[in-house]
Amino acid sequence: MADTAPQMHVSDEVAISIQRMNKWYGTFHVLRDIDLTVYAGERIVIAGPSGSGKSTLIRCINALEEHQKGKIVVDGTLLSSDLKNIDKIRSEVGMVFQHFNLFPHLTILENCTLAPIWVRKTPKREAEETAMHFLEKVKIPDQANKYPGQLSGGQQQRVAIARSLCMMPRIMLFDEPTSALDPEMIKEVLDTMVSLAEEGMTMICVTHEMGFARQVANRVIFMDQGQIVEQNEPEEFFNNPKSERTKLFLSQILGH
Amino acid sequence: MSDTHAQFAFVRSKMLPEAPPPASERGAAKWVRQNFFSSTINTVMTIFVFVVVIQIALTVVPWLANGVWSGSSLSDCREALAGETGACFAVLSERWNQLLFGFQYPSELYWRPLAAFLLLFVAIAPVLFQKYVPSKMLIFTALYPFIAFFLIWGGSLLTPVLALAGFVVGYFVYTKLVAQSFALGFFGGLFAALAFWILSGYLPVEGILAIEPVESREIGGFMLNLILGTVCVSLSIPFGIALALGRQSSMPIIKWICVVFIEFIRGVPLITLLFVANVVLAYFLPPGTNFDLILRVIIMITMFASAYIAEVIRGGLAALPRGQYEAANSLGLDYAQSMRLIILPQALKISIPGIVNVAVGLFKDTTLVSVISMFDLVGMIRGPISSSQEWNGVYWELFLAAGLLFFVTCYGISQYSQWLERELRTDHR
Repeated sequence: MADTAPQMHVSDEVAISIQRMNKWYGTFHVLRDIDLTVYAGERIVIAGPSGSGKSTLIRCINALEEHQKGKIVVDGTLLSSDLKNIDKIRSEVGMVFQHFNLFPHLTILENCTLAPIWVRKTPKREAEETAMHFLEKVKIPDQANKYPGQLSGGQQQRVAIARSLCMMPRIMLFDEPTSALDPEMIKEVLDTMVSLAEEGMTMICVTHEMGFARQVANRVIFMDQGQIVEQNEPEEFFNNPKSERTKLFLSQILGH
Repeated sequence: MSDTHAQFAFVRSKMLPEAPPPASERGAAKWVRQNFFSSTINTVMTIFVFVVVIQIALTVVPWLANGVWSGSSLSDCREALAGETGACFAVLSERWNQLLFGFQYPSELYWRPLAAFLLLFVAIAPVLFQKYVPSKMLIFTALYPFIAFFLIWGGSLLTPVLALAGFVVGYFVYTKLVAQSFALGFFGGLFAALAFWILSGYLPVEGILAIEPVESREIGGFMLNLILGTVCVSLSIPFGIALALGRQSSMPIIKWICVVFIEFIRGVPLITLLFVANVVLAYFLPPGTNFDLILRVIIMITMFASAYIAEVIRGGLAALPRGQYEAANSLGLDYAQSMRLIILPQALKISIPGIVNVAVGLFKDTTLVSVISMFDLVGMIRGPISSSQEWNGVYWELFLAAGLLFFVTCYGISQYSQWLERELRTDHR
């Protein structure tokens, strides 16, 4: 699948470049010949049925999953088995998970300052100031000294976003950030993501929130069976899908 | 349509206040009735248990109350009791020091192990109560093993100082080399420390800055159990963590070494390991080498306990969701950081009941050394005391005392672990 869709990139600077990337789980071919170029400042939404490989794709970008063939370059660093490169990429790429994955034995503030202090070697005071800044941005500074178990799901996910932001990442990956949330809490997390997008963060989101895709995405990618089936700007993608598989998917998810 | 609707249309105009439960659901009478006499079977059981408890108390209480506390032999006790039932606690008052220190430890030096015992509490306080004791106290904790060794075994002050210096040399080499790679730093430090110890073994330290030396075979009684228990538990926890992490390792050689070690040690009874320490090792060592028996036993018990603790911690590691590893990785933490800051604090917290279980079991198992003719608390009772002419035939009183000593220690450990679990709870369920 070549990267032929019309480009609506915000800048010419390439943030992520994926070329002919393939991945297998045992003998199962999960990702097939993925080609994708993400430009700095782009907001990309990846949609598709479950099992289509969308989560696996973004997990390959920060090496939580290993790819077996092809090339991934993140922010100018080639992703290989070299641990130094992997750690460098991971500290530049923030990730938000479906199940938040906050550290339950640490307070909210400690969750946010841990990586800056240990990975970036930021002084504790400075790290705490940064953390409070981002906690204010996700609108929960008053919970800083509580433990994750005391917060609601939506609050936990916003903390997870703040935790990633504390590392000052150039790129943010979202792996179904609202799928484990009650409907009432989805909005507060999406609002946080929208404001992040408005500030020009490079974002790749795997999500089923099509409203979010229409509102903030520059590009929507549709995946099925480990391949990119269609990609386009949101208006075109939703109003005028080209492939039959996309039409079927959209009719199922927007049909009620 | 509108008619049917009106039948169940309802709007609450006033919220109901909270009300107390009815009187019959409160009070002591209700508690007794509900817990002891709620049915015919329960009433019968209650009466039966009550009778049994009274019967036992009627036998035990006079035995305890009539107990004779002074006398120099069993016949003295019998004389004092004049045919009545009663315990002969005189054996405890007369042989108490032997039960605690063994029968060979010089009695004028009892203050030294006693001081070591009291200092133990100062040394473990910063480890057990991290939040409440200043962390500078950990310096004393690090020095404590050498102080305790010097107090209990005596001899030249240079022996523990050189041992400590070996650790310092090893650590110094480690910090110099670790920047290049962890393995180089680890093995470089280990090699440097070993080299230092072997070389310092040739120094003529005998008698320099010395206090009266005590030999290992002179150490016995409950003191021996405490030494073995404390040393082996505190060594086996770090070894157990290393084995558990090694067993999870993606490097096959490290993984298989750990698996084989754990499975082999767990598959062998402790008592056989102790026999190996006592007898078999001597065949493999060059003739004339003097390899301290207590040290050999410590190595064997530590290996045994490490294998068990490794499996307990492995359970804790397995209980953590994969997301914790992924979150730590995605933030850019390296392996050592994510283990130390994220994974182990949580895995160890889950493993506390299991670790304490092993520790308590291990502490009681130290009495097995009596089988390889070391005179620990049980060894003292079965050996020198029971076989003496004066106290031949006294069993209940001695084993009751031994049981109490162990119970107090183990109950303390168990209470501490429950407190720690509450202290570390952050889930607020």
